[in-house]
Amino acid sequence: MRNVYVLGTGMIRFGRYPDKSVPELGAEAALIALKDAGVMIKDVEMFACGNLYQANAMVGQRILQQVGQTGIPVINVSNACATGSTAFREAYLAVASGMYDVTMAIGVEQMGKQGLLGGGGGGSDPAYSTEGRVGSGLMPAVFGQAGVEHMRKYGTTLEHFAKISVKSHKHATKNPFSQYQNEVTLEDVLNARVVAFPNTLYMCCPTGDGAAAAILVSEDKLKQFAAGRKRARVAASVLTSDPYTDRDLTLPDVNTLTRRAAQKAYETAGIGPKDVSLTELHDCFATAELVHYENLALCGDGEAGKFIDEGGGKHPDLGGKSPVNVSGGLLSKGHPLGATGVANICEVVWHVTGDERAKARQVPNAKVGMAHVIGLGSACTIHLLTV
Amino acid sequence: MAEQAAAQTAEQPGKKPILPVFKLEPKPHLVGVKCSACGAVFLDTKRLACSKCGATGPFQEVQLSDKGKVWVFSVIHQSFPGVKTPYVTAIIDLPEGVSVKSNLVDVDPLELQKNPGKAFGMPVELVANVVAKDRQGNEVVAFQFRPSAN
Repeated sequence: MRNVYVLGTGMIRFGRYPDKSVPELGAEAALIALKDAGVMIKDVEMFACGNLYQANAMVGQRILQQVGQTGIPVINVSNACATGSTAFREAYLAVASGMYDVTMAIGVEQMGKQGLLGGGGGGSDPAYSTEGRVGSGLMPAVFGQAGVEHMRKYGTTLEHFAKISVKSHKHATKNPFSQYQNEVTLEDVLNARVVAFPNTLYMCCPTGDGAAAAILVSEDKLKQFAAGRKRARVAASVLTSDPYTDRDLTLPDVNTLTRRAAQKAYETAGIGPKDVSLTELHDCFATAELVHYENLALCGDGEAGKFIDEGGGKHPDLGGKSPVNVSGGLLSKGHPLGATGVANICEVVWHVTGDERAKARQVPNAKVGMAHVIGLGSACTIHLLTV
Repeated sequence: MAEQAAAQTAEQPGKKPILPVFKLEPKPHLVGVKCSACGAVFLDTKRLACSKCGATGPFQEVQLSDKGKVWVFSVIHQSFPGVKTPYVTAIIDLPEGVSVKSNLVDVDPLELQKNPGKAFGMPVELVANVVAKDRQGNEVVAFQFRPSAN
């Protein structure tokens, strides 16, 4: 496998764009990334497009119909919340394998004010719908239970989960790409209405619209196009699915596949968790972020509460260590499903390359960044990016 | 047997289980299938292969216990239209080595939020509750769980 570099990145602010189409959102991100890379669409040899809600509607091709129909191979990727990061990985593999030298990945989604995700069932007669009658398959329930499981095992408290929300909202105030950029206090979080215990409203990510794009290149093309500019190398690109574990078919096990992906990523890159300067992880709920501190080995098993109490996850500017989700995370930045995986990678790339777009929240001396995503069902991606 | 009985009485509205793994006769119970190679039990009526070991069978149908213990839960305050909130959703471990997801009823959801530890390991038993009426007028019966003595 060859070295692969991220030559350019593009992202639009996550939010709500009811007057724009999915291909338009994707095309905006594509044009920013192409400009940032210093290449034209005609230089791109292959394109992987991640989108979930129009997975049957050739979103990738419709983006090219906006930015340039060059006839290249396009694959449309759908992998739950890991959709964008899986598209990035396909574009990565296309270069790493030696098949192509310049590829593009885009993640794009338009959710509007869509409410709760997941669950349902029951076929054509709603009388047989299982939701709320034989438990809940909705995402807030799944991640509520994942948090309660941690409480059961380790005595984790509501305050621990709430502190994550306070931290990430604080981070978001420095990110102009974030859907929400407001601070919340611990009292705000704890007193907000409960969505699914233990997660209150501010411990749940919003729905929204957004797009992010990346241009990936081989080493030769890096030399040709980068012209001395600092660019990130993909040090690891890992994708796992949920292995058999005892309760996985009843309560999706978000831990085991993340642990396996992290281990593989660290091995591939030849580094350990201590070498990671910043992490963007999949905090669809505050409870998810807490369990992933341990899953990604940012702290030991059962130590996530202590990690939080000691400033773990906070930006160094706020007196923290092992910064997590300095972008504001999904909780604040937003979570347009297909866009999230590429946006996480953009954030990490910006820090390790000292990009202007992360200036206000730059993690000092960032050398290695980790981007983690989980799609329930389940898929987990981890990308390590370094300079 | 239960399917045959249901087919014979299809003309007259009766009771129907919400999912195929739930049988109403002779008394309400859940069924699973057990992999003969590795012993894994699945909450299912049939399988092509075992997702734990990959064996293609044979699979033995097993009747699952109507008693179990709560592993974890959540209290749901926001749901689809028509679903009464708050309610408790829980993961119940059954002695056969399989877990089931359903509503935990006859508990105070807000009390569990204050004292989540009360739910951990709580002994529960299966209860069959009518939750809806289908288009043919059948009563739809769901399996749920309530606290039990042991």
